[in-house]
Amino acid sequence: MTDALGLTGLRYRFGKVEAVAGVDLTVAEGEIFGLLGPNGAGKTTAIRCITTLLPVPSGMVRVFGHDASRERMAVRRLLGYVPQQLSADGNLTGRENVAMFARVFDVPRRERAARVEQALTAVGLAEASGRMAATYSGGMVRRLELAQALVSAPRLLILDEPTIGLDPIARTGVWEHINAVRAATGMTVLVTTHYMDEADQYCDRIGLMHRGVLRACATPYRLKEDLRARQGGDGVPTLEEVFRDLAGSGLEGELEGGFRDVRSTRRTATRLG
Amino acid sequence: MSAAPAAPQPASADQLDLLLTPPRPLTGWRVLPARIAAMCVVELQKLRHDRSELYTRAIQPALWLLIFGMTFTRIGLIPSDGIPYLDYLAAGIIAQSAMFISIFYGIQIIWERDAGVLNKLLVTPTPRAALVAGKAFAAGIKALIQALVIVVLAAVLGVGISWNPLRLLGVAVAVVLGAAFFSCLSVAIAGIVRNRDRLMGIGQAITMPLFFASNALYPTSLMPGWLQALSAVNPLSYQVDALRGLLLGTPAHLPLDFAVLAVSAVLGIAAASALLPRLAR
Ligand SMILES: Nc1ncnc2c1ncn2[C@@H]1O[C@H](COP(=O)(O)OP(=O)(O)OP(=O)(O)O)[C@@H](O)[C@H]1O
Ligand SMILES: [Mg+2]
Repeated sequence: MTDALGLTGLRYRFGKVEAVAGVDLTVAEGEIFGLLGPNGAGKTTAIRCITTLLPVPSGMVRVFGHDASRERMAVRRLLGYVPQQLSADGNLTGRENVAMFARVFDVPRRERAARVEQALTAVGLAEASGRMAATYSGGMVRRLELAQALVSAPRLLILDEPTIGLDPIARTGVWEHINAVRAATGMTVLVTTHYMDEADQYCDRIGLMHRGVLRACATPYRLKEDLRARQGGDGVPTLEEVFRDLAGSGLEGELEGGFRDVRSTRRTATRLG
Repeated sequence: MSAAPAAPQPASADQLDLLLTPPRPLTGWRVLPARIAAMCVVELQKLRHDRSELYTRAIQPALWLLIFGMTFTRIGLIPSDGIPYLDYLAAGIIAQSAMFISIFYGIQIIWERDAGVLNKLLVTPTPRAALVAGKAFAAGIKALIQALVIVVLAAVLGVGISWNPLRLLGVAVAVVLGAAFFSCLSVAIAGIVRNRDRLMGIGQAITMPLFFASNALYPTSLMPGWLQALSAVNPLSYQVDALRGLLLGTPAHLPLDFAVLAVSAVLGIAAASALLPRLAR
């Protein structure tokens, strides 16, 4: 069986900053894979290489066997993508936002309305679908984006911090919708998050990224057990402790994740313009 | 205890049956027209939600025609090929308003980039040319609505407009082609400068020369030689020539005009779609 996602030696640099510095990673079909790491670790950059938004200057990215630098259209067809910042079109209604994605993925007209309705229902937005997206709350926009990504039945769903800036109930809501759809469709999910409890609870496997490289990659259970074996203490450490252990102190991360990172994170948390 | 707002219940599997199978992709020559149509529908939906902008936008060209046109017609300073100056000016104002609308499309696409909308569309199997063509189409529609307002106003002011439907169709085509070219020019520049402020600066810096180095306000024969040369490579001049010929029945070089407009629109779409992905970096 081909892997849903395969990265080999992926590198990407912005001028002097090597944002991704050689990442090897495979994600099996049907997995929920969590990419974790401090601000500026290179998660978003890696994702933008996978989604064909950035070229792959060095290394290889394969999505279900398709080379992301050569077979871009084939890769795009398999992807659903929710970027880090909120990104629905505020000048369209919720339904129009989803229908736009149905159209560009060639959903035939006779099926379009029903498919769009199902995607909206799947994220609990059927009732608000006639309202302009500019009037949605942050949690609603996130669910709308999920509906946009789901309407084409993607085989690999890529979510860049889908729950940032959301209240705990909205967070749980987003995850429940992701899980329900995944259970029904068996699609693969690649997700980044800064919430360790989410990663622990929902991800089958976790990759910890730091300064552009993957420092560890295993199930949450394995990561915690490994840290316990290294530290030799009693009691199972939390995922957050694993994170701290691999990414250094929080302060170091803060110094590294510069203004740009914080700005992009904060923008995620605001409403649409 | 007050009840916490409940998260909406996730859907059960039987409500999701359509989302299980990916749609069958179109192939071959059908892809591009289908995607262009899709983007045009989206742009029309946006226009429909924002109709007030269409009306407020028509004020400026109306004022040009009323104030500038009426004044200079009375002064009679500008030679206008033997027709009343107001008649001469009407075509120029249509072209001007089309250009002013279109030149802002680059700013809109940068706004869409900043809002994350563009990135998401770039990750769908949509040819870049379709995204650009959608914008060009929207600019064309806006420009057409303004042209309609200006033509009606001009008729009210006594401009001798030809109401031949074929000629009016020609006017519409010339307006859309011109708008397509200038919106693509703007998107292409947006792809180069990648930043709203710089684009604003460049947009303002080029619209004035484009406008004044053309036959929109006065015949090119009045210009110094170097300005005439500029006017000869300015698509706006060809648009104005076509509009004037079609609206007033004055002599014009229609085949050349339409050829230049069509070629510039195609080149504009090609350049803009090549530069568009740079915006996502
Ligand atoms: N467009 C850009 N131009 C220049 N540098 C960039 C750009 N985008 C990202 N970077 C830099 O690349 C590095 C990795 O950034 P990236 O956004 O991939 O991190 P991240 O892991 O997604 O962080 P966060 O958790 O804050 O979203 C950072 O040092 C960042 O400053
Ligand atoms: Mg990020």
